[in-house]
Amino acid sequence: MARPIREEKKKDDSGNSKEDAIEVMATVIEPLPNAMFRVELENKHQVLAHVSGKMRKNFIRILAGDKVAVELSPYDLTRGRIVYRYK
Amino acid sequence: MAIHLRSAEELEKMHRAGLVVYDVLTALRDAVQPGLTTMDLEKLAEEKIAGRPGKAAFKGYRGYPCVLCTSVNSEIVHGIPSPKRKLREGEIVSIDFGMEVDGYYADSAVTVPVGKIQPQLQKLLDVTRESLDRAIDKMRAGNRLGDVGHAVQSWVEQHGYSVVREFVGHGIGTKMHDEPNLPNYGDEGRGARLQEGMVIAVEPMVNAGRPEVHMRDEWVAETADGSPSAHFEHTVAVTANGPWILTRPKEMTGPSW
Repeated sequence: MARPIREEKKKDDSGNSKEDAIEVMATVIEPLPNAMFRVELENKHQVLAHVSGKMRKNFIRILAGDKVAVELSPYDLTRGRIVYRYK
Repeated sequence: MAIHLRSAEELEKMHRAGLVVYDVLTALRDAVQPGLTTMDLEKLAEEKIAGRPGKAAFKGYRGYPCVLCTSVNSEIVHGIPSPKRKLREGEIVSIDFGMEVDGYYADSAVTVPVGKIQPQLQKLLDVTRESLDRAIDKMRAGNRLGDVGHAVQSWVEQHGYSVVREFVGHGIGTKMHDEPNLPNYGDEGRGARLQEGMVIAVEPMVNAGRPEVHMRDEWVAETADGSPSAHFEHTVAVTANGPWILTRPKEMTGPSW
Protein backbone atom coordinates (compact mmCIF):
# COMPACT_ATOMS: atom_id res chain seq x y z
CA MET A 1 0.00 0.00 0.00
CA ALA A 2 1.63 3.19 -1.19
CA ARG A 3 2.25 5.89 1.33
CA PRO A 4 0.92 9.36 0.64
CA ILE A 5 3.92 11.66 0.57
CA ARG A 6 2.24 13.82 3.15
CA GLU A 7 0.55 11.44 5.52
CA GLU A 8 -1.62 13.54 7.79
CA LYS A 9 -0.30 13.66 11.29
CA LYS A 10 -2.65 12.48 13.96
CA LYS A 11 -3.67 15.79 15.49
CA ASP A 12 -4.51 16.14 19.13
CA ASP A 13 -7.80 17.84 19.76
CA SER A 14 -6.33 20.87 21.49
CA GLY A 15 -8.42 23.70 20.12
CA ASN A 16 -7.17 23.71 16.55
CA SER A 17 -9.92 25.72 14.89
CA LYS A 18 -9.55 23.89 11.59
CA GLU A 19 -10.49 20.71 13.40
CA ASP A 20 -13.85 21.53 14.91
CA ALA A 21 -15.33 23.21 11.86
CA ILE A 22 -18.78 22.24 10.62
CA GLU A 23 -18.75 21.42 6.93
CA VAL A 24 -21.84 22.29 4.90
CA MET A 25 -22.85 22.64 1.26
CA ALA A 26 -23.41 26.11 -0.12
CA THR A 27 -23.91 28.05 -3.33
CA VAL A 28 -21.88 31.12 -4.19
CA ILE A 29 -24.05 34.25 -4.41
CA GLU A 30 -21.52 36.91 -5.27
CA PRO A 31 -17.80 37.38 -5.30
CA LEU A 32 -16.52 40.15 -3.05
CA PRO A 33 -13.15 41.90 -2.93
CA ASN A 34 -10.23 40.27 -1.13
CA ALA A 35 -11.11 36.79 -2.33
CA MET A 36 -14.18 36.74 -0.14
CA PHE A 37 -17.51 35.38 -1.27
CA ARG A 38 -21.05 35.65 -0.08
CA VAL A 39 -22.48 32.16 -0.06
CA GLU A 40 -25.88 30.76 0.71
CA LEU A 41 -26.02 27.62 2.79
CA GLU A 42 -28.53 24.86 2.26
CA ASN A 43 -30.51 26.25 5.16
CA LYS A 44 -30.77 29.59 3.31
CA HIS A 45 -28.41 31.39 5.67
CA GLN A 46 -25.99 33.72 3.98
CA VAL A 47 -22.43 33.80 5.26
CA LEU A 48 -19.21 35.52 4.28
CA ALA A 49 -16.63 32.97 3.25
CA HIS A 50 -13.02 33.17 2.22
CA VAL A 51 -11.15 30.67 0.08
CA SER A 52 -8.99 28.21 1.98
CA GLY A 53 -5.26 28.60 1.60
CA LYS A 54 -4.98 25.20 0.01
CA MET A 55 -7.48 26.17 -2.70
CA ARG A 56 -5.76 29.48 -3.33
CA LYS A 57 -2.43 27.79 -3.61
CA ASN A 58 -3.81 25.47 -6.25
CA PHE A 59 -5.62 28.26 -8.10
CA ILE A 60 -9.09 26.81 -7.75
CA ARG A 61 -11.24 29.58 -9.20
CA ILE A 62 -14.65 30.24 -7.84
CA LEU A 63 -17.50 31.93 -9.66
CA ALA A 64 -20.99 32.98 -8.68
CA GLY A 65 -23.34 30.00 -8.81
CA ASP A 66 -20.70 27.39 -7.98
CA LYS A 67 -21.57 24.67 -5.49
CA VAL A 68 -18.98 24.66 -2.76
CA ALA A 69 -18.27 23.06 0.59
CA VAL A 70 -17.93 25.59 3.38
CA GLU A 71 -16.46 25.06 6.82
CA LEU A 72 -18.07 27.13 9.53
CA SER A 73 -16.45 27.93 12.81
CA PRO A 74 -18.69 26.95 15.70
CA TYR A 75 -17.83 30.30 17.28
CA ASP A 76 -18.85 32.63 14.48
CA LEU A 77 -21.51 31.22 12.19
CA THR A 78 -21.51 34.26 9.92
CA ARG A 79 -18.12 33.47 8.46
CA GLY A 80 -16.75 30.42 6.78
CA ARG A 81 -13.99 28.96 4.73
CA ILE A 82 -14.54 27.50 1.28
CA VAL A 83 -12.73 24.19 1.23
CA TYR A 84 -13.98 22.58 -1.94
CA ARG A 85 -15.54 23.57 -5.24
CA TYR A 86 -17.73 20.98 -6.88
CA LYS A 87 -17.58 20.48 -10.59
CA MET B 1 12.89 9.29 12.69
CA ALA B 2 15.59 6.76 12.57
CA ILE B 3 15.54 4.06 9.96
CA HIS B 4 15.33 0.65 11.62
CA LEU B 5 17.89 -1.99 10.82
CA ARG B 6 16.48 -5.50 10.95
CA SER B 7 18.33 -8.55 12.19
CA ALA B 8 18.48 -11.74 10.15
CA GLU B 9 15.85 -13.17 12.46
CA GLU B 10 13.51 -10.25 11.89
CA LEU B 11 14.01 -10.51 8.15
CA GLU B 12 12.97 -14.15 8.31
CA LYS B 13 9.79 -13.11 10.09
CA MET B 14 9.04 -10.52 7.45
CA HIS B 15 9.77 -13.12 4.81
CA ARG B 16 7.15 -15.40 6.39
CA ALA B 17 4.60 -12.63 5.99
CA GLY B 18 5.97 -11.99 2.51
CA LEU B 19 5.40 -15.57 1.42
CA VAL B 20 1.72 -15.36 2.35
CA VAL B 21 1.48 -12.13 0.39
CA TYR B 22 3.15 -13.82 -2.55
CA ASP B 23 0.78 -16.80 -2.43
CA VAL B 24 -2.26 -14.56 -2.34
CA LEU B 25 -1.07 -12.27 -5.11
CA THR B 26 -0.08 -15.07 -7.46
CA ALA B 27 -3.43 -16.79 -6.86
CA LEU B 28 -5.26 -13.53 -7.61
CA ARG B 29 -3.11 -12.84 -10.63
CA ASP B 30 -4.02 -16.21 -12.08
CA ALA B 31 -7.69 -15.76 -11.19
CA VAL B 32 -8.18 -12.42 -12.93
CA GLN B 33 -10.46 -12.72 -15.92
CA PRO B 34 -13.17 -10.67 -17.59
CA GLY B 35 -16.47 -10.69 -15.71
CA LEU B 36 -15.03 -10.93 -12.21
CA THR B 37 -15.71 -7.99 -9.95
CA THR B 38 -13.02 -6.45 -7.81
CA MET B 39 -15.05 -7.60 -4.80
CA ASP B 40 -14.69 -11.19 -6.09
CA LEU B 41 -10.93 -10.70 -5.85
CA GLU B 42 -11.31 -9.37 -2.31
CA LYS B 43 -13.35 -12.45 -1.34
CA LEU B 44 -10.80 -14.75 -2.94
CA ALA B 45 -8.03 -13.06 -0.98
CA GLU B 46 -9.95 -13.50 2.24
CA GLU B 47 -10.44 -17.18 1.48
CA LYS B 48 -6.75 -17.58 0.75
CA ILE B 49 -5.65 -16.08 4.06
CA ALA B 50 -8.23 -17.88 6.19
CA GLY B 51 -6.36 -20.34 8.39
CA ARG B 52 -2.96 -18.82 7.62
CA PRO B 53 -0.99 -17.19 10.41
CA GLY B 54 -1.19 -13.43 10.79
CA LYS B 55 -3.71 -10.99 9.43
CA ALA B 56 -4.25 -8.78 6.43
CA ALA B 57 -2.44 -5.51 6.95
CA PHE B 58 -4.64 -3.04 5.06
CA LYS B 59 -8.03 -3.72 6.59
CA GLY B 60 -8.55 -1.13 9.27
CA TYR B 61 -5.33 0.71 8.46
CA ARG B 62 -6.31 4.34 8.86
CA GLY B 63 -9.87 3.14 8.34
CA TYR B 64 -9.29 1.32 5.05
CA PRO B 65 -12.24 -1.08 4.55
CA CYS B 66 -10.75 -4.04 2.67
CA VAL B 67 -7.83 -6.46 2.63
CA LEU B 68 -6.96 -5.59 -0.97
CA CYS B 69 -6.47 -2.49 -3.01
CA THR B 70 -7.73 -3.04 -6.56
CA SER B 71 -6.94 -0.15 -8.85
CA VAL B 72 -8.33 -0.44 -12.38
CA ASN B 73 -6.99 1.41 -15.44
CA SER B 74 -6.58 5.08 -14.54
CA GLU B 75 -6.74 4.34 -10.83
CA ILE B 76 -3.20 4.56 -9.55
CA VAL B 77 -3.44 3.08 -6.05
CA HIS B 78 -5.86 2.36 -3.21
CA GLY B 79 -8.85 1.44 -5.34
CA ILE B 80 -11.44 -0.09 -3.05
CA PRO B 81 -12.94 -3.42 -4.13
CA SER B 82 -16.57 -3.14 -5.15
CA PRO B 83 -19.23 -5.65 -6.21
CA LYS B 84 -20.23 -3.17 -8.91
CA ARG B 85 -16.83 -2.95 -10.56
CA LYS B 86 -16.71 -5.70 -13.13
CA LEU B 87 -13.39 -6.28 -14.85
CA ARG B 88 -13.66 -6.08 -18.62
CA GLU B 89 -11.48 -7.54 -21.33
CA GLY B 90 -8.60 -5.19 -22.13
CA GLU B 91 -8.40 -3.51 -18.75
CA ILE B 92 -5.52 -3.57 -16.29
CA VAL B 93 -5.93 -4.00 -12.57
CA SER B 94 -3.33 -3.38 -9.89
CA ILE B 95 -3.70 -5.70 -6.91
CA ASP B 96 -1.98 -4.54 -3.76
CA PHE B 97 -1.86 -6.68 -0.64
CA GLY B 98 -0.05 -6.79 2.68
CA MET B 99 0.16 -9.14 5.66
CA GLU B 100 1.18 -8.85 9.26
CA VAL B 101 2.58 -12.03 10.83
CA ASP B 102 3.91 -11.97 14.40
CA GLY B 103 4.04 -8.20 14.32
CA TYR B 104 6.06 -8.01 11.11
CA TYR B 105 4.72 -6.63 7.86
CA ALA B 106 5.17 -7.38 4.19
CA ASP B 107 3.61 -5.49 1.31
CA SER B 108 3.52 -6.19 -2.41
CA ALA B 109 1.56 -5.40 -5.54
CA VAL B 110 1.22 -6.50 -9.12
CA THR B 111 -0.64 -5.09 -12.10
CA VAL B 112 -2.44 -7.71 -14.15
CA PRO B 113 -3.97 -7.58 -17.62
CA VAL B 114 -7.60 -8.63 -17.88
CA GLY B 115 -7.80 -10.96 -20.87
CA LYS B 116 -6.09 -9.61 -23.97
CA ILE B 117 -4.86 -6.03 -23.75
CA GLN B 118 -3.60 -3.45 -26.23
CA PRO B 119 0.14 -3.66 -26.94
CA GLN B 120 0.67 -0.13 -25.62
CA LEU B 121 -0.87 -1.13 -22.27
CA GLN B 122 1.33 -4.20 -22.15
CA LYS B 123 4.29 -1.90 -22.75
CA LEU B 124 3.24 0.26 -19.78
CA LEU B 125 3.17 -2.85 -17.60
CA ASP B 126 6.53 -4.06 -18.92
CA VAL B 127 8.22 -0.70 -18.41
CA THR B 128 6.83 -0.36 -14.88
CA ARG B 129 7.81 -3.88 -13.93
CA GLU B 130 11.26 -3.32 -15.36
CA SER B 131 11.57 -0.08 -13.36
CA LEU B 132 10.89 -2.08 -10.20
CA ASP B 133 13.65 -4.52 -11.17
CA ARG B 134 16.03 -1.66 -11.77
CA ALA B 135 15.12 -0.10 -8.43
CA ILE B 136 15.54 -3.38 -6.57
CA ASP B 137 18.96 -3.80 -8.11
CA LYS B 138 19.96 -0.48 -6.50
CA MET B 139 18.92 -1.70 -3.05
CA ARG B 140 22.49 -2.37 -1.99
CA ALA B 141 24.42 -1.19 1.04
CA GLY B 142 26.31 1.99 0.25
CA ASN B 143 23.86 3.22 -2.38
CA ARG B 144 21.54 6.08 -1.54
CA LEU B 145 17.77 6.41 -1.67
CA GLY B 146 18.16 8.81 -4.57
CA ASP B 147 19.90 6.11 -6.59
CA VAL B 148 16.84 3.90 -6.24
CA GLY B 149 14.39 6.65 -7.13
CA HIS B 150 16.55 7.74 -10.02
CA ALA B 151 16.63 4.20 -11.39
CA VAL B 152 12.83 4.26 -11.62
CA GLN B 153 12.46 7.79 -12.90
CA SER B 154 15.14 7.65 -15.59
CA TRP B 155 13.86 4.36 -16.99
CA VAL B 156 10.22 5.40 -16.93
CA GLU B 157 10.68 8.86 -18.41
CA GLN B 158 12.91 7.54 -21.14
CA HIS B 159 9.81 5.66 -22.36
CA GLY B 160 7.64 8.76 -22.30
CA TYR B 161 5.75 7.82 -19.15
CA SER B 162 5.73 9.67 -15.86
CA VAL B 163 6.15 8.74 -12.20
CA VAL B 164 3.64 9.64 -9.55
CA ARG B 165 4.97 12.12 -7.00
CA GLU B 166 2.17 12.09 -4.42
CA PHE B 167 2.71 8.52 -3.33
CA VAL B 168 5.98 6.91 -2.37
CA GLY B 169 7.54 3.64 -1.33
CA HIS B 170 8.19 3.32 2.35
CA GLY B 171 10.21 1.66 5.03
CA ILE B 172 8.40 -1.36 6.44
CA GLY B 173 8.92 -3.62 9.44
CA THR B 174 6.91 -3.58 12.63
CA LYS B 175 4.73 -0.88 11.08
CA MET B 176 3.38 -0.88 7.57
CA HIS B 177 4.54 2.67 6.86
CA ASP B 178 7.88 3.40 8.45
CA GLU B 179 10.88 5.55 7.76
CA PRO B 180 12.18 6.32 5.21
CA ASN B 181 10.03 7.50 2.34
CA LEU B 182 11.26 6.28 -1.00
CA PRO B 183 10.05 8.49 -3.84
CA ASN B 184 10.10 7.01 -7.32
CA TYR B 185 12.14 9.94 -8.51
CA GLY B 186 15.35 11.51 -7.36
CA ASP B 187 18.95 12.36 -8.08
CA GLU B 188 21.77 9.89 -7.98
CA GLY B 189 23.96 10.23 -4.91
CA ARG B 190 21.30 12.05 -2.88
CA GLY B 191 19.32 10.93 0.12
CA ALA B 192 20.01 8.58 3.01
CA ARG B 193 22.60 5.89 2.54
CA LEU B 194 21.32 2.30 2.45
CA GLN B 195 22.68 -0.06 5.07
CA GLU B 196 22.42 -3.76 5.67
CA GLY B 197 19.17 -4.58 7.43
CA MET B 198 17.08 -1.79 5.96
CA VAL B 199 13.75 -2.94 4.53
CA ILE B 200 11.80 -0.85 2.08
CA ALA B 201 8.63 -1.42 0.10
CA VAL B 202 9.74 -0.39 -3.38
CA GLU B 203 6.74 0.50 -5.49
CA PRO B 204 6.93 2.40 -8.75
CA MET B 205 3.60 3.93 -9.77
CA VAL B 206 3.75 4.88 -13.43
CA ASN B 207 1.26 6.90 -15.43
CA ALA B 208 1.08 6.53 -19.19
CA GLY B 209 0.24 10.23 -19.42
CA ARG B 210 1.00 13.07 -17.07
CA PRO B 211 2.08 12.57 -13.46
CA GLU B 212 -0.68 14.57 -11.77
CA VAL B 213 -2.95 12.80 -9.35
CA HIS B 214 -6.61 13.35 -8.65
CA MET B 215 -8.01 12.09 -5.37
CA ARG B 216 -11.47 10.73 -6.09
CA ASP B 217 -12.09 10.43 -2.38
CA GLU B 218 -10.09 9.94 0.76
CA TRP B 219 -8.50 6.80 -0.67
CA VAL B 220 -8.75 6.33 -4.39
CA ALA B 221 -6.02 8.05 -6.35
CA GLU B 222 -6.43 8.27 -10.12
CA THR B 223 -4.55 9.99 -12.88
CA ALA B 224 -5.72 13.55 -13.40
CA ASP B 225 -5.67 13.15 -17.19
CA GLY B 226 -7.44 9.77 -17.14
CA SER B 227 -4.48 7.92 -18.62
CA PRO B 228 -3.85 4.35 -17.46
CA SER B 229 -1.49 3.74 -14.58
CA ALA B 230 0.52 0.72 -13.50
CA HIS B 231 1.91 -0.26 -10.12
CA PHE B 232 4.33 -3.01 -9.07
CA GLU B 233 5.72 -3.50 -5.60
CA HIS B 234 7.95 -5.73 -3.52
CA THR B 235 9.21 -5.56 0.04
CA VAL B 236 12.98 -5.58 -0.32
CA ALA B 237 15.72 -5.96 2.29
CA VAL B 238 19.28 -4.72 1.93
CA THR B 239 21.60 -7.60 2.85
CA ALA B 240 25.28 -8.43 2.62
CA ASN B 241 24.43 -10.54 -0.43
CA GLY B 242 22.59 -7.70 -2.16
CA PRO B 243 18.87 -7.08 -2.38
CA TRP B 244 16.54 -9.74 -0.95
CA ILE B 245 12.95 -9.70 -2.18
CA LEU B 246 11.02 -10.71 0.94
CA THR B 247 7.70 -11.00 -0.87
CA ARG B 248 8.53 -14.00 -2.98
CA PRO B 249 10.15 -17.41 -2.41
CA LYS B 250 13.89 -17.32 -1.79
CA GLU B 251 14.71 -19.70 -4.60
CA MET B 252 13.05 -17.50 -7.21
CA THR B 253 15.29 -15.52 -9.51
CA GLY B 254 14.72 -13.49 -12.61
CA PRO B 255 12.29 -10.61 -13.08
CA SER B 256 10.60 -9.31 -9.95
CA TRP B 257 7.13 -10.12 -11.26
